Amino acid sequence: MSLKNALTEDLPGTLPESPGEASSLAADAAGPKTYRFEILRYGEASGGPPRFHAYELVVRRKMSVLESLLEIQDRQDPSLAFRSSCRGAVCGSCAMSINGKLNLACRVQLHALSTDRIVLEPLPGFDVIRDLVVDMEPFWEKYERVRPWLHAETSAVQECRMSESERKRIDACVQCILCGVCYAACPARTANEAFAGPAALAKLHRFLVDSREDRNGHTLRPHDSQQGVWGCRTIMQCVRACPKDVRPADGIRGVRRELAARKLKRLIGRKTP
Amino acid sequence: MIEHEVLVVGGGLAGLRAAVGLCREWDVAVLSKVHPVRSHSGAAQGGINAALGNAPDGRDDSPEKHAFDTVKGSDYLADQGAVAKMCALAPEVVCELEHWGAPFSRFPDGTIAQRPFGGAGFPRACYAADKTGHVLLHTLYEQAVKRGIKVYDEFAVTGLAVRDDRCHGLIAYDLKRGRFEGFASKFCIFATGGYGRMYRNSTNALINTGSGVGMALLAGVPAKDMEFVQFHPTTLYGTNILITEGARGEGGHLVNRLGDRFMARYAPKAMELAPRDIVARSIQTEIDEGRGFEGGYGHLDLRHLGRDRILERLPGIRTICVEFAGIDPVEEPIPIQPGQHYSMGGIDTDAAGRTRVDNFYAAGECACVSVHGANRLGGNSLADTVIFGRLVAEDINARKGHDGFQPKASVLDEDLQRQTRRVDCILARRRGVPHSTLRDELRQLCVEKMGVFRRKEDLSEAVARLGELRAQYRDVCCRTPPGPFLSEILHVLELDGLLSLGEIIARGALARQESRGSHFRTDYPTRDDARWLKHTLARLDGDQITLSYREVDVSIYEPKERTY
Repeated sequence: MSLKNALTEDLPGTLPESPGEASSLAADAAGPKTYRFEILRYGEASGGPPRFHAYELVVRRKMSVLESLLEIQDRQDPSLAFRSSCRGAVCGSCAMSINGKLNLACRVQLHALSTDRIVLEPLPGFDVIRDLVVDMEPFWEKYERVRPWLHAETSAVQECRMSESERKRIDACVQCILCGVCYAACPARTANEAFAGPAALAKLHRFLVDSREDRNGHTLRPHDSQQGVWGCRTIMQCVRACPKDVRPADGIRGVRRELAARKLKRLIGRKTP
Repeated sequence: MIEHEVLVVGGGLAGLRAAVGLCREWDVAVLSKVHPVRSHSGAAQGGINAALGNAPDGRDDSPEKHAFDTVKGSDYLADQGAVAKMCALAPEVVCELEHWGAPFSRFPDGTIAQRPFGGAGFPRACYAADKTGHVLLHTLYEQAVKRGIKVYDEFAVTGLAVRDDRCHGLIAYDLKRGRFEGFASKFCIFATGGYGRMYRNSTNALINTGSGVGMALLAGVPAKDMEFVQFHPTTLYGTNILITEGARGEGGHLVNRLGDRFMARYAPKAMELAPRDIVARSIQTEIDEGRGFEGGYGHLDLRHLGRDRILERLPGIRTICVEFAGIDPVEEPIPIQPGQHYSMGGIDTDAAGRTRVDNFYAAGECACVSVHGANRLGGNSLADTVIFGRLVAEDINARKGHDGFQPKASVLDEDLQRQTRRVDCILARRRGVPHSTLRDELRQLCVEKMGVFRRKEDLSEAVARLGELRAQYRDVCCRTPPGPFLSEILHVLELDGLLSLGEIIARGALARQESRGSHFRTDYPTRDDARWLKHTLARLDGDQITLSYREVDVSIYEPKERTY
């Protein structure tokens, strides 16, 4: 399989139909096209349940879903609420449900969607504050619960040595932009409010397998539980949904392995790290 | 009213580094318009400069050589003492970040990997593939979490409360609740980033609206060297998303429509690794003279690097190209064009980050020390953020016990009321011009009249038009009242400062009758040290912008002609 095909599979819905030709350069020539955006809105001053509001947008150039939202906010409805920052898929602000698929609005190009009807909803699994803005607080709390920092003390003046193969062990989890997509996609988390969720546990894995890490074993106990790594039911939705190829489920499996290894060491009487 | 001893505005690298340095001595809080990990620092790709000398062909590197390259790159407008200080500290702060967990790429001997960057004599940019900003931002945020630093995320600061050159705190718009709030403090630090969104073709995040510089101006702190706007040579055609200089550092070629590696004609020795101002002008010249591709772009060709190297060193670039342009750089050249990228200018500070308001500091892109002068070298902005973030913290820490200043609640109440009245006044306008109309015109004007190449006629026109836009702003309307995540009022308020900054850039550029670094005047194409080896200072008196000048510290290296 060529790499281009591999990428197509990894990034569903974001590549043009024929990547060889349909570049941004060719897309401009396509002429104006009208898209209908159906956006689930909630939190208006008048109160009431969430309801869909439709907007029509004439699109003359290659545009992402985020650019469309900005355009609608500017020209049609300044009260429309959503988060955004980098518009280049590195900051994690604009995660939402786009025609039923969770993704970053900035990395979904309109012309790559096979329809001109685009349904936008806030990330599931979170409380909605207004429109497409959700309350990320529970997500950040769970992130903080894994003590997400390198536990290491050094008085060295120079850098700690690390091999590329050691670095590669943490590379996938380092890519995480904390966008919340995996947390929203995870059925185990939906069923079990207390479950830390994929992103936080992937972060824990990132530190546990860092060659510089010196975390005391007992700080891991809270994660050796249903709230922690055993709450994962390996349904793998996080891996499918992640827009940055983090593969959080692999991270969770890695933490489980690490916990087992530490238990084994204790059982055979060796000093735990 | 909320009170903390020190308030840091901005949750990017400079702000977080300052907060981490302050939290042992002070009750410190960070206010940020977005959650800290959403900050624009995370978009930095290529690397952070530090003369570690880790590369096999970089053993002879030193902080002095880093300083010289920086000064030469700045076209001699950087203050040399401040540059020397930054370059001397760079190795230490990079190691500090590494000890905090930053996952840098590594050389085979396990040391931090370094790659060549534009204008640098040695491979000096320490990198983590092409996601250096992302990993450093997350590392510093992790350190802030570890220390339990209080973060007010989604709080947008809208004004500094200054009386008699003392800062009593600030007013912020709480986006979650949709209301304004007063914050009192002994010290206030701005780390609010650049103003890239003034330009239509910027690499910057949507949040980079220059608000910090605008607020400082209103508080009586001058803006320095604002006419020096960096245009990055390689932004993705169409979206202007950054394509790192690291792509050229890894060996990428710039090619025009004729297949010609044109840098040979502009910088025969440094080629693609000449400093950004020179490369951006070269690409723009190729486009302007008809050797670009239809639509106005050139090619950045990485294909000869091979798939493995691209996947290992530039994986983020590849993803960006696939997702945003439908192009795989393993198989096709990347369409690129110059685009606004960085503000060399900013809030006038000294080498400790102090401003003329005693207890108000600035660090990072919003500040102008100046260590970048007329043109910043790639890899020096990340160094700037963490080093000056740290230096600001050290300076404030040294004042512990010597500062009896107590902020006055009455000042904050007064400013909060003034803010509320102003908002009410804007909301009361039934009809008026939407902020986005003025903003879009500003963005277009900046690209057309204040871009890579400038001339008197364009700049005069820009000054006149900006004056009109600022007058029109008095009729700006806001269609939605403040409320949870209703951000229109914030956009309206920010535009005021942005329009002033635009006029300052235009006026500074019109006045400066020379070409230096990023500021190129086709009608004055050479550098003129006799008349213009000086910093521009812009002040706001009421609505009036006034310019004055200050000498440059050239105490270490004598200004010379710049060739690459």
